[in-house]
Amino acid sequence: MARLSEENVRLANEIIGRYPRARSAMIPLLHLAQEQDGHVTNEAMTHIGELVGATSAEVYGTASFYEMFKFEPVGKYLINICGTMSCALMGAEELMHHAEHRLGVKLGGTTDDGMFTLERAECQAACTEAPCLQVNYRYRFRVADADFDSLVDDLKAGRLNDEIPAHGTVARVRQHIPVDRGVGAVPPEDVTEAPTWMDGKAAL
Amino acid sequence: MTTTEPTPEVVVDPNAINLTINGRPVAARKGELIIAAADRSGDYIPRFCYHPRMSSVGMCRQCLVEVEGPRGPMMVVSCMTPVAEGQVVRTETDQVKRAQEGIIELLLANHPLDCPVCDKGGECPLQDQAFSHGPGESRFIEEKRHYEKPIAISDLVLLDRERCILCDRCTRFADEVAGDALIHFTSRGNNTQVQTFPDEPFSSYFSGNTVQICPVGALTAQPYRFKARPWDLEKTESTCTTCSVGCRITLESSRDELLRYQGVDSDPVNHGWLCDKGRFNFESVKSDARLSNPLVRDGASLVETSWSSALSTAASIITSALRSGGATRVAVLGGARGTNEDAHAWAKLADALAIDSVDAQLGDGLPAAVLAYPQATIDDASRASTIILLSPDLKEELPILYLRLRDASEKKRSRILEFASKGSGLTRYAWKSVPHMPGNQAKVVASTLSESVVSAQLAKGSVVVVVGRSNLAESDEYTMAALDAVMAAHPSATVLPVLRRGNVRGALSAGLGRRDAVDILTDAANGEIDCLVLVGSDPIADFPDTDLARRALAAVPNIIAVDTFATASSTKATVLLPAAAFGEKDGSTTNLEGRVTRLARKVTVNGTSRPDWMVALELADILGHDLGVASVAEVHADLVSSNPVFGPATRAALSAHPDGVVLAPLATATSTPVAPPVAEKPGFGHRLVVGRKLYDNGRNVSESPSLAPLAPGSYLHMHSLDLERLGAADGASVKVSGDRTSIVMNVVADDSVQRGTVWAAWAQSGANIGELIDATKWVNDVRVETL
Repeated sequence: MARLSEENVRLANEIIGRYPRARSAMIPLLHLAQEQDGHVTNEAMTHIGELVGATSAEVYGTASFYEMFKFEPVGKYLINICGTMSCALMGAEELMHHAEHRLGVKLGGTTDDGMFTLERAECQAACTEAPCLQVNYRYRFRVADADFDSLVDDLKAGRLNDEIPAHGTVARVRQHIPVDRGVGAVPPEDVTEAPTWMDGKAAL
Repeated sequence: MTTTEPTPEVVVDPNAINLTINGRPVAARKGELIIAAADRSGDYIPRFCYHPRMSSVGMCRQCLVEVEGPRGPMMVVSCMTPVAEGQVVRTETDQVKRAQEGIIELLLANHPLDCPVCDKGGECPLQDQAFSHGPGESRFIEEKRHYEKPIAISDLVLLDRERCILCDRCTRFADEVAGDALIHFTSRGNNTQVQTFPDEPFSSYFSGNTVQICPVGALTAQPYRFKARPWDLEKTESTCTTCSVGCRITLESSRDELLRYQGVDSDPVNHGWLCDKGRFNFESVKSDARLSNPLVRDGASLVETSWSSALSTAASIITSALRSGGATRVAVLGGARGTNEDAHAWAKLADALAIDSVDAQLGDGLPAAVLAYPQATIDDASRASTIILLSPDLKEELPILYLRLRDASEKKRSRILEFASKGSGLTRYAWKSVPHMPGNQAKVVASTLSESVVSAQLAKGSVVVVVGRSNLAESDEYTMAALDAVMAAHPSATVLPVLRRGNVRGALSAGLGRRDAVDILTDAANGEIDCLVLVGSDPIADFPDTDLARRALAAVPNIIAVDTFATASSTKATVLLPAAAFGEKDGSTTNLEGRVTRLARKVTVNGTSRPDWMVALELADILGHDLGVASVAEVHADLVSSNPVFGPATRAALSAHPDGVVLAPLATATSTPVAPPVAEKPGFGHRLVVGRKLYDNGRNVSESPSLAPLAPGSYLHMHSLDLERLGAADGASVKVSGDRTSIVMNVVADDSVQRGTVWAAWAQSGANIGELIDATKWVNDVRVETL
């Protein structure tokens, strides 16, 4: 797709302004790019590099560490099936096989109609509810094969539109940080006093 | 009764640290790393990621050692742990051995055992240390990781990810040393790999260094790949003469064929690094296009002949020229590409014949007077508190000097104050970069240095002025005037002249800078020269004013050329003598700071080529002058004894100091300053700025198949706003007119070019910008029109 839109460049500069070093804004800007295009495009990474003073390779090196940044288009619904210990013991492998069969794609693949991307994920912190999965980062607990089928049917029929946002990727950069709480808004070398919350007490 | 005796003052060095390594006391400096202290004490600690010229990262964990701590011995990474007073270090205990073996076993879990077909096999730190510090066997039985076999990460470097052990050396080099962070770890985690950005190659001028420092065979260089096994290579230490930085290198050959150059860590010069042009242009030495036999003109063609007949023809040309009009009818151009001995022999010949029209430069440098200012070394510059740049783009012309100055700025030792007509590679590292219109530099320098913030900066410590020819379309007097302006404002400043050709300083110091090439060629064009001797020089290609060079060479009845290739100029010769190339002759060279180092011969000459000094001696012999020397050693001894500048560079001194001996400044008085007119902005058109790119169509690039495609070609660079005003699209063809002629070039938008000027690269294939340069003018203006 493309570089950041004019509106997003304005937002990007605002985000950069929250940090003492422009480079620190790299990850929020990657979120912004992903929000814009649904995945992080090469052009956007180059653009981010220009904005924060890094090479494209550095931006890519950073972005590619994070599983939640996608470099290829993702389906409308991203289904992450947990494959870590508790879920694995409770049948996550079987669930994955079923899901692959039901959707007709391998793990990591996207259905031809662009509706679903299926992925294996690490622990989602719901071990008591194994096996679990997330759809666009919304939980589904103790998922049996039949539950999965009805989930897919419901999503296709649009019955879960209120509950699950129709965007396969995470984008949460729009959090509001009031100026007076601007984290790290002072360059480290200019800090002369302890943070106010320490209130004179030394850290342990 | 007590007497107070004065306690003797014990001087304690606050930075001295005493520690024990393997039971032996070791003296170290505060801040030094254990691994470095152990290297000095002779206790080798195995390592992969540690490199003394880069920051430590503790990536490979191979250098674990045991350090006595409050709770007994503990394992620390010796490349990340600084020495401490009283520290007890053990590098050979069972615990350490277990750790070393464990790391090797883990590294080899995925590293393929393809050593027999790997370029690195035989000189591979992983292979060597697997033998010396490995367990000898592996518990891993799993299938190893597989990746697509080598992927090209640039035109010169290939990456085999299976072999990579993720030591971070290449990526650290690219970021820290070269400043081109175009390779990076990607997909960190289980699948970490070194990668470029998609479709953005690792096109750094320094990419070859990553191949040299790779501790495995993951990075290989296209020009050397599969060409030899390390144990078949014979190595000799020498000095690169591609440019005048004079990096120390090893020449490596097999079966009398040069196969690669490797950087040698010379502390005062290159720190082990080389630019890709210097590293890979060995290909041009073995080019098929090299001249191998003497050629003498027969009508329109040059025909091969014997050395004796070619030399006697050359001698008779010189004799008849001398007879017809005296020594003023003979001129010599060149000598800056050879050795000191070559230059001295030609200077002696010129002396014997009383020839005064001699210049080693081709109107593209600075007057030799620049060597008479108080001189600075590269080290002086990289430690100066202020570096003033009156130089061309060092990244393009003298890449390793660029690395040294970039390092000085990045490590906060120095502030760079740049005066340039066009942004350079160092502009982004400069404290201040002050633009000037060509013809106006001295005025801008004087007014900038009088600013209080600038004079306060200059007062902070030493000041080194890096001075060179930044614009071939502008008189060199402007640069000299700017230098004088700096010296007037700050008389204690020292000067690092950055003349470009390999041995230009040696040639000028040996006496090959007697008269300006512009005057010599002007005389020649006016029919006042009967015999022009070109010693490894190609005025038609290298003299900025192409038209004058062409007219001069056409007007000279007889040209004698000594060259490695048939060039635009040497093919106009009556006698063309094949010269021995770099790597084919012994001698010494002088770098830009006046450092004399030894050059080594590694391969036999191409065909019947002879070194330049020998040609001079033989010509002298035929002409009836006994120069009193007969071998390169005798020429060197004569140079040292007869030329006081070279006095310290004796054979013994050069053998004792592989890093070289620095010469004193030239004794000639500074030139009487010519006050060039301040050339105001042209009312009409654009002022022309002509600089160089690293890769051009010079023979050592164009005859090196790996480098030739990297030359960018000829483009006219123009500020995007000027381009908009012109109404031309980026990349469009435009007509560029000077007073004499006009040429058609493609124009590109480049905001490092000042408005009101246009910039073009010298010596590129395509339109020749030299057609628009008039060397007799102070500045050159051009008119740019859309087609």
